[in-house]
Amino acid sequence: MNIDDIKREFPIFDDKIQNNDLVYLDSANSSQKPRVVVDRIYDFYTKEFSNVGRSVHYLAVAATNLYEQTRVSVQKYINAKDKDEIVFTKGATEAINLVANTFGQKYLSEGDEVLLTELEHHSNYVPWHFLRKAKNIKIEFAEINDDGEVTLESIEKKITNKTKIISVSHLSNVTGAILPIKEIVQLAHSKNIPVLIDGCQGAPHLRLDMQDIDCDFYAISGHKMYGPTGIGVLYAKKKWLEDLPPYQGGGGMINEVKKEGITYGELPNKYEAGTMATAQVIAFNESIKFMEKIGIQNIEKHEKELLDYGLEKLRKNNSVNIVGNPKEKGGVISFTIEGVHPHDIATILDEDGVAIRAGHHCCQILHDKLNLPATARASFGVYNTKDDIDKLDEAINKCKKIFNL
Amino acid sequence: MDLKDLYQEIILDHGKNPRNLGKFDNYNKDAKGNNPLCGDNVHVYLRLNENKKVEDIAFEGHGCAISMASASIMTDMVRGKEEKEVKEIITDFLGMIKEKDSLETNILKDDEKTKLMSLSGVKQYPMRVKCATLSWHTLTSALDNSDQIVKTEE
Repeated sequence: MNIDDIKREFPIFDDKIQNNDLVYLDSANSSQKPRVVVDRIYDFYTKEFSNVGRSVHYLAVAATNLYEQTRVSVQKYINAKDKDEIVFTKGATEAINLVANTFGQKYLSEGDEVLLTELEHHSNYVPWHFLRKAKNIKIEFAEINDDGEVTLESIEKKITNKTKIISVSHLSNVTGAILPIKEIVQLAHSKNIPVLIDGCQGAPHLRLDMQDIDCDFYAISGHKMYGPTGIGVLYAKKKWLEDLPPYQGGGGMINEVKKEGITYGELPNKYEAGTMATAQVIAFNESIKFMEKIGIQNIEKHEKELLDYGLEKLRKNNSVNIVGNPKEKGGVISFTIEGVHPHDIATILDEDGVAIRAGHHCCQILHDKLNLPATARASFGVYNTKDDIDKLDEAINKCKKIFNL
Repeated sequence: MDLKDLYQEIILDHGKNPRNLGKFDNYNKDAKGNNPLCGDNVHVYLRLNENKKVEDIAFEGHGCAISMASASIMTDMVRGKEEKEVKEIITDFLGMIKEKDSLETNILKDDEKTKLMSLSGVKQYPMRVKCATLSWHTLTSALDNSDQIVKTEE
């Protein structure tokens, strides 16, 4: 694949940003959007718009079909067994909240344990914390090792007969560690514990096969997959979606509404209350097609090359410390520079058009454990090149110069 | 935007070697502040004597060069001043960071004003304004005996 061609599909790189060529190294936060996705939103609103699933006029039927086509595309992309196992949400955060809320309602009571890991994003901790408050459940954290990984053994150590659900990241947005999710699921299932995978960082970068992984739930963020904001996916095994109570109430998710009582709709409508992010769902189909066209194995290979090149380059740069050293690692390099706060690094890099993130990346538990208040993070997408990493390295040198290092 | 406006020599100096960093025993007022977006935090301690004068002041915390320098310069500047004067300086400083071109208070000497103006570079970097103002809001909170932790985000 030719990266220059791929990069040209992203309009953001057409123009200078603050007089610089954009070196976008913040894809773990959110990816840029290819033209096909942007155009799809425009076309839908200008030529095809209608609400879905309600009216019977031409536009409504056409829009409903488009909306449902995305569901099928997602199903195929992640190899789910059934299209009804794909629930659209406003993002991965809502997907996790949906599970925590409905599973919590039905299956968690005082003293029960939810097992997370120390490297979880706040979106896979705060929803469970609500239950800690409401239902007096306990939250356990599987520990990271010195390389910033969570091993199967570390998960196993924290499983007790009170563990009712395990919820873990696929790929850490800070250390880049790829968790052994298939093994975790096998272990959990051998003890009859369901598993939710936070796939925010997994889905944009790794090949997904729900039937092979066999997890119970998998949360996906659309905007990190070259898709629009405001759209996410909850994959859940059908048995769970049938078994768990609805999450939000409103139009579209009901079967019959009477003064005496209400019955709920069939899947997948049961979990899609109200008017959904229709244009975004329809445009998300273009993101999936875009990734399929390149091929996830090519994306993985390209990002691995960038990662190896980036690690080699930054390791040679004195006073740069790389956070974590996982054996299985995705395209994320978090680092610190002795004597320069990550926020100062980010501001100085930005002056040269190098966009990174600085802070705790919504992982305060992990940063506390690492004893770092903040880190700087460069993360890759399909449009990045080795030249981007050279520019990152140069900008880091400038940063060191300003701080007289 | 020019990085030299933001990272002036005096900022780098105070950022690297913050004055009044630490805690002293007989403080009688203190407050905490944090910036949830980046995890920066500051804890200001001060001793106000019977004449309402800041006898001593120090701070603990961690953060970027801007936030450390701001806390360092601030603590230097308000030591020995009366509470009323300190509040006037705070208002003047926050006003300058927010909208005014210069400092107006007569309490500060010219060289002190120059020192404070070195922080004005953040005006060009809206995301960094909070770094410069966190310790000042926290000082206000300490003077007012507020139990609320100062946050830069609501």
